[in-house]
Amino acid sequence: MADYQIKEEPKQYDAVIIGSGAGGGMAAYVLANAGLKVCLLEAGAMYDPATDSAQLKNPWESPRRGASTKFRPFGDFDGCYWGWEIDGEPYTQAEGTSWDWWRARMLGGRTNHWGRISLRFGPKDFKHRSIDGLGEDWPIGYEDVKPYYDKVDRLIGVFGTNEGLENEPDGIFLPPPLPRLHELKIKKAAQGIGIPVIPSRLSILTKKINDERGQCFYCAQCGRSCKVYADFSSGSCLVKPAVATGNVDVIPNAMAREVVTDSEGLATGVSYVNKDDMLDYQVNGRVVILAASACESARLLLNSVSRRHPNGLANSSDVVGKYLHDSTGASVSGVLPELMGRKRYNEDGVGGMHVYTPWWLDNKKLDFPRGYHIEYWGGMQQPAYGFGWGVENLNGKLQVNGKTKEAGGYGKSLKEDYRFMYGASVGMAGRGEAIAFESNYCEIDPNVVDKYGIPVLRFNVKYSDYEINQAKHMNQTFKEILHEMGAIITSGGDAGPHNNWGLQNPGKIIHEAGTVRMGNDPKKSALNKWSQAHDCKNLFCVDGGQFVSQGDKNITWTIMALSMRASEYIVDQMKKQNI
Amino acid sequence: MDRRESLKAIVLSTVSSALLLESCDSKSEEQVAQVLETPESSPGDWRTPEELERLKLVTSKNFFTEQELATITILSDIIIPADEVSGSASEAGVPDFIEFIVKDKPEFQTPMRSGLKWLDIQSLNQYEKPFRDLNEGQQLEMVDAIAYPERAAPEMKKGVAFFSLMRNLTATGFFTSEMGVNDIGYVGNRPNQWKGVPEEVLRQHNLVYTEKELRECVTFDRNA
Ligand SMILES: Cc1cc2nc3c(=O)[nH]c(=O)nc-3n(C[C@H](O)[C@H](O)[C@H](O)COP(=O)(O)OP(=O)(O)OC[C@H]3O[C@@H](n4cnc5c(N)ncnc54)[C@H](O)[C@@H]3O)c2cc1C
Ligand code: SF4
Repeated sequence: MADYQIKEEPKQYDAVIIGSGAGGGMAAYVLANAGLKVCLLEAGAMYDPATDSAQLKNPWESPRRGASTKFRPFGDFDGCYWGWEIDGEPYTQAEGTSWDWWRARMLGGRTNHWGRISLRFGPKDFKHRSIDGLGEDWPIGYEDVKPYYDKVDRLIGVFGTNEGLENEPDGIFLPPPLPRLHELKIKKAAQGIGIPVIPSRLSILTKKINDERGQCFYCAQCGRSCKVYADFSSGSCLVKPAVATGNVDVIPNAMAREVVTDSEGLATGVSYVNKDDMLDYQVNGRVVILAASACESARLLLNSVSRRHPNGLANSSDVVGKYLHDSTGASVSGVLPELMGRKRYNEDGVGGMHVYTPWWLDNKKLDFPRGYHIEYWGGMQQPAYGFGWGVENLNGKLQVNGKTKEAGGYGKSLKEDYRFMYGASVGMAGRGEAIAFESNYCEIDPNVVDKYGIPVLRFNVKYSDYEINQAKHMNQTFKEILHEMGAIITSGGDAGPHNNWGLQNPGKIIHEAGTVRMGNDPKKSALNKWSQAHDCKNLFCVDGGQFVSQGDKNITWTIMALSMRASEYIVDQMKKQNI
Repeated sequence: MDRRESLKAIVLSTVSSALLLESCDSKSEEQVAQVLETPESSPGDWRTPEELERLKLVTSKNFFTEQELATITILSDIIIPADEVSGSASEAGVPDFIEFIVKDKPEFQTPMRSGLKWLDIQSLNQYEKPFRDLNEGQQLEMVDAIAYPERAAPEMKKGVAFFSLMRNLTATGFFTSEMGVNDIGYVGNRPNQWKGVPEEVLRQHNLVYTEKELRECVTFDRNA
């Protein structure tokens, strides 16, 4: 394991950061490089992909062949510790509602596994209320964030292409990889029916950008986290260099309980449980920065009740926990007879899609207000647990090397079927914008605590017709593309009103946001436009909590741009002695 | 040189030649070499203490009886026998995989155990012997009755469900084994350069890369 952890030290820090994921890692990086003394509290273990990742393992090196466990819901080799459930750390849901909450517990948080899809929000994404009257406008616009997106592009590296699209801003891109075979087919079919397909934008180094990080060697396993740091994860690309400045102490296995405030109501530090000895400790700093993920940061605030902050810290507006929203998601997949019996070659590519579809339509002409983008997959991937599953539903529908087969079967004939079908799958998923409603929220469950004695969250989230109609549109669009390609649909084909057109439960897409939102009006928002609490000037929140809305983009690139922006503001305000 | 050492040597020489061809970047070459040494280091090295504990627990006891495992072995070899390309399911270690996975995913335990029982009861009724003691012809006759979901008799429903599960577990176990991965022809999971779809494959599918793609994308020598 990595060697940059410290033992307890009673020390006054300039900043205490809770959480080492995308938001916290970036804050640590900026503050440490500005010379501030930083304490980074992380609830999980130390983790360094160089030594701890299973990047190039073969499926047979796992006795479960890469099947999922509760420790690794995305499979035995995956780069993320924990996920949908954590032993001893429950959460609850109000009756009739559902929210699936993914929690990573490790240095780097969810960025060890994440999909590396790195999209900027466009100008419209910050001002959507002005367009359709729903939700709220951000207190900042694209022009405020653009310089930080540029800096994040340069610092971390992202491939893509400048397409000059209005709401998919150009960036500073490394060259993307060429499309794979199924991606060329998707592109041809989609473009044929007026759906654009362009190179994807992923934070993977197709060219070397510095001496600390290697260059991608195309093994398709970014989800396991890259041992040469050729893909972005917060631990290897932000926390590690931050620690190298000598200004950051990382305390792993430190579960923050609450933010401590003084009689003036200002933050003085954070109390946490050391998971190794189960004792409570406190660490003090001039500012406290929340980056524990949107819902966990709301939980920390709501649990930080004091005389000055009786409704929870930074919550005089009563918005903390509210406006919780995730990206919407629905998918359809199938197999492509044209790809069966295909020639074998190494088509791994990077660990993700090489092409994608940004939102291309005008919502004014549709029965749902916000857009979605499309992510694609398929081809000759490393066999893993689940390989060949359900063949009895498929082989009866095919001509295998010219012969009609009966569904199911066994023996040499069946063995031939598996070979014939390998590499012919193709699928697509929409990731769309949900409206951030006040009525969708998380709150403290008055009856349940976790194993550290910390009160847990209770979720209360429901989708509206906007999201359901959007999922219907996704479903129909994906079927059209697959139909155009000549594919046989194997999943998602039977979606309909009975299952909200395949719309996944809120939370499932793992883009939690909105619970500590920013705004100009302290009565309607928890933070100002600098991610700083209206009620407590030395408290900041730099994760998805601060989002007002999340666009039809994945949110992490914006989390990092905003975290960098807030961190530079903190440095500036400290210099000016304002905090 | 022992096996591990020689493997390492092979791996290292492939990497350096692959990378030296088009990049003189000694740093990343070195890094890649390090990555490649790691898979050889130890089988559980990426796991957390909680996971190791769970592995220990799962492997500390047996689920199937010897008789049950014998039936599983026969069935898996009926499903995936040896052919010109590769060996059989049992040669690839499929029964061991099934023994492990039903302990790791307990939801398979009842369907597997009751399915095996069902099969033996059918077999006893028909031949007065458990399935594993039948001759090959008799075994195949029984399998034929449950291997084709669309034509199986309604009273065979339970057997069909069991056989489908057996088929799925066998296929997954086989094609994720070293033998199965070689059989299916997956040739990735190693350092290389993605140069795009080979020209002959593009031609076969009537596709071409656009000028824009060739201009903008990472360019390695596509014919090297
Ligand atoms: C499977 C998957 C795929 C994804 N794909 C993409 C993608 O392609 N593009 C994209 O933009 N986003 C993607 N995401 C989302 C992305 O990972 C998150 O948006 C991002 O990591 C959020 O950063 P964060 O700093 O808010 O939280 P996290 O990265 O989750 O980090 C939070 C950290 O805080 C720690 N913590 C939590 N509570 C406490 C506490 N009480 N005390 C101390 N520490 C605590 C956690 O252990 C964790 O390390 C994906 C996520 C997953 C899981
Ligand atoms: S695809 Fe590239 S960046 Fe991703 S893990 Fe493999 S080498 Fe690293």
